[in-house]
Amino acid sequence: MPVRTLVVWCPDWPVTATGLRPEVAGAVVQANRVVACSVVARARGVRAGLRRREAQARCPELVVLDRDTSLEARAFEAVVAAVEAFSPRAEVIRPGQCALATRGPSRYFGGDEALAAQVAAAVAGALPAAGTAPAGGAPRVGVADGPFAAGLAARRGIVVAPGQSGEFLAPWPVGALGRPELADLLGRLGIRTLGQLAALPAPDVASRFGADGAAAHRLAQGRDERGLEPRVAPPDLAATVSFDSPVERVDTAAFAARALAEDLHQRLVDRGLACRRVRVEAETDHGERLVRLWRTDGSFTAAALAERVRWQLDGWLRGGEGSAAERPTAGLGRLSLVPDEVAPDGGSQPGFWGESAGVDERVARALARVQGLLGPEAVVAAVVSGGRGPAEQVRLVPWDERRSAARALVLGRQGAGPPAGRAGPAGDGTPWPGRIPPPAPGVVHPDPVPAQLVDRQGQVVGVTGRGSLEPGHPSRLSVAGGAWTEVVAWGGPWPVDERWWDPQAHRRRARVQVATADGAVHLLAVEAGRWSVEATYD
Amino acid sequence: MARSSLVKLAPSTSLADQRGLGVVDALGALFPGGGLRRGSTVTVDGTAPGSGATSLLLSLLAGPSGEGAWCAVVGLPELGLAAAAEIGIRLFRLALVPTPGPSWPTVSAALLDACDLVAVRPPVRVRPMEARRLAARTRERGSVLVVIPGRAWPEVPDVRLCALGGQCQGLGAGHGHVQGRWLEVEATGRRAADRVVRARLWLSAGGLDGPPPPSRPLEPSPEIPPPCAGEAAG
Repeated sequence: MPVRTLVVWCPDWPVTATGLRPEVAGAVVQANRVVACSVVARARGVRAGLRRREAQARCPELVVLDRDTSLEARAFEAVVAAVEAFSPRAEVIRPGQCALATRGPSRYFGGDEALAAQVAAAVAGALPAAGTAPAGGAPRVGVADGPFAAGLAARRGIVVAPGQSGEFLAPWPVGALGRPELADLLGRLGIRTLGQLAALPAPDVASRFGADGAAAHRLAQGRDERGLEPRVAPPDLAATVSFDSPVERVDTAAFAARALAEDLHQRLVDRGLACRRVRVEAETDHGERLVRLWRTDGSFTAAALAERVRWQLDGWLRGGEGSAAERPTAGLGRLSLVPDEVAPDGGSQPGFWGESAGVDERVARALARVQGLLGPEAVVAAVVSGGRGPAEQVRLVPWDERRSAARALVLGRQGAGPPAGRAGPAGDGTPWPGRIPPPAPGVVHPDPVPAQLVDRQGQVVGVTGRGSLEPGHPSRLSVAGGAWTEVVAWGGPWPVDERWWDPQAHRRRARVQVATADGAVHLLAVEAGRWSVEATYD
Repeated sequence: MARSSLVKLAPSTSLADQRGLGVVDALGALFPGGGLRRGSTVTVDGTAPGSGATSLLLSLLAGPSGEGAWCAVVGLPELGLAAAAEIGIRLFRLALVPTPGPSWPTVSAALLDACDLVAVRPPVRVRPMEARRLAARTRERGSVLVVIPGRAWPEVPDVRLCALGGQCQGLGAGHGHVQGRWLEVEATGRRAADRVVRARLWLSAGGLDGPPPPSRPLEPSPEIPPPCAGEAAG
């Protein structure tokens, strides 16, 4: 007897998962073919399987999105959680479709119809753009005997009475079996519906079409014997220790951390897993929670893990020098290590030529240690990006995000970059009009130093709209209210009118290079009549 | 292929070989042996603000960084990184800790453990004990410690570099732009480096290898300020 099954089906889940607004015509594309499209796009004639160009021709305002299967799976997690509230034995058939055995919950909620209504309401509340209609169409719930019939019932959104699944399936085309080759062959033999297939004698089907055909025959008859495979909850790998008396000293906590790290490491090894990211959580007696993530390129060993926890605690309990606000007000009451990102342990291969591979590892560890002392933003890496001023040509990013930032830059070049023709990152050779010609200054002041630039008559020099200095040539310079020095040479101005399309970020500036009698060369900027030293050629 | 010839093909490992770190050609004459000895301490100074100490530091880092060494800079939030990239420093092997705060000795020591070259500008007055510890750490780990400005460093460095200022080329009275700078550098030190050597660097858009300008730069004149070697605590 097939298991009575409820299936939740979210139409065009790849579109719904992106959180697209329902009034937008959107389509998700994989390998240049439309995989799914929104309700609005469907109304305009867009269909799954069309080429991108064909779809755009039918619906010119179509928003085309690339398929992101991991996003689909992540977004569906919320739906599964909503379904699991009804029964813990939910099976995810694929992102967008999940199944549930109804025997227990139906009895509790008063019948299949009542359960279906409840599940539909819960799922609608868990969708990415909750509150509005999902872009791909409202989720549907179907109940029938066996997951196959229930899946088709969900497409209609109906409840098939027990034992009626055979009749319900009969009019469906053989294509619904999800076996394209078999469906093609059956179609050429004149068997077009599941009812026609089900009417054939079982031994004949088995002898002509083999085991797969026999299985399809059983499905068509509504005798779906396959049970559900409930999702296995991920094992709880977190290691936690509670201290009887609050721990104030780093070495005491580190001692406990060492045992904790070994415990966690043993659990990971038992499962053949390696931890690429671990979350260190500590809780003080006053209820303050301190959390930090540690990442490593290789996998953590017990010693490396213990070492990191020690650095972390060092930073928290003792390193209050730099960040007094973050220092805990009481001793630690609880400490836990939660593996945040685990993967099967593939082992690590040392470099073939001595320790060349070990150097980067060692640097990464040293930097991780500094990050533990000062916070993750304290260690930065420079990434070359586009810009006119010396401070804009290089962007500082926290060390960890270095790679993702470099990737974002590459993506930015391809996609949503600055307006075409005006700008592009300096690294790829595209021009930045108004950029100061190289060489770049050696000192770039993080906060521009206020300065005064006057002409021979002592009047403040300004830059006209036509890009000339007025009322006279610069003659004397005073930096940060200091003594006046004579200007011996100057160049420019380089006027810059940036982000004129955005009233918030719009800036008009002009830059001037000035050499003074004491040998210093400064890069000055004037904005709204005020001069400042942006950089110095030191 | 024989293993010996394969070994030659392998990229030189930075910490594994103990020869020392190379410097750019223009600075080679300033160091005994023509390069930075591992385990040594170098101070970088300038006679006045704007005399070129920052450019000198960047030139010093350019050699090892170009050879694949890891560099770290502690306590220099105003370092011009566009200039660093121009001069030949590989930014992806450069770690920056712009504001280390009072824990700068710990941070520097942690970085000395791993990086080949660590440049530090202490944000506060240096205690002799801290300086001794860092110098000892540098010797032990075989890295190079560069201190800026070296005048406040209570230890005697192995090599003391001093930027004496220079002349800017290309900027006129209302025309042109900075095309490059001549930089006058003096080196003194102890032991093998116990002599006064001067060198002249040409820094332009092409880094240290750019073609020098056609006109002859200024002659070394009496106006060049006296060397700062005598002022240091020693």
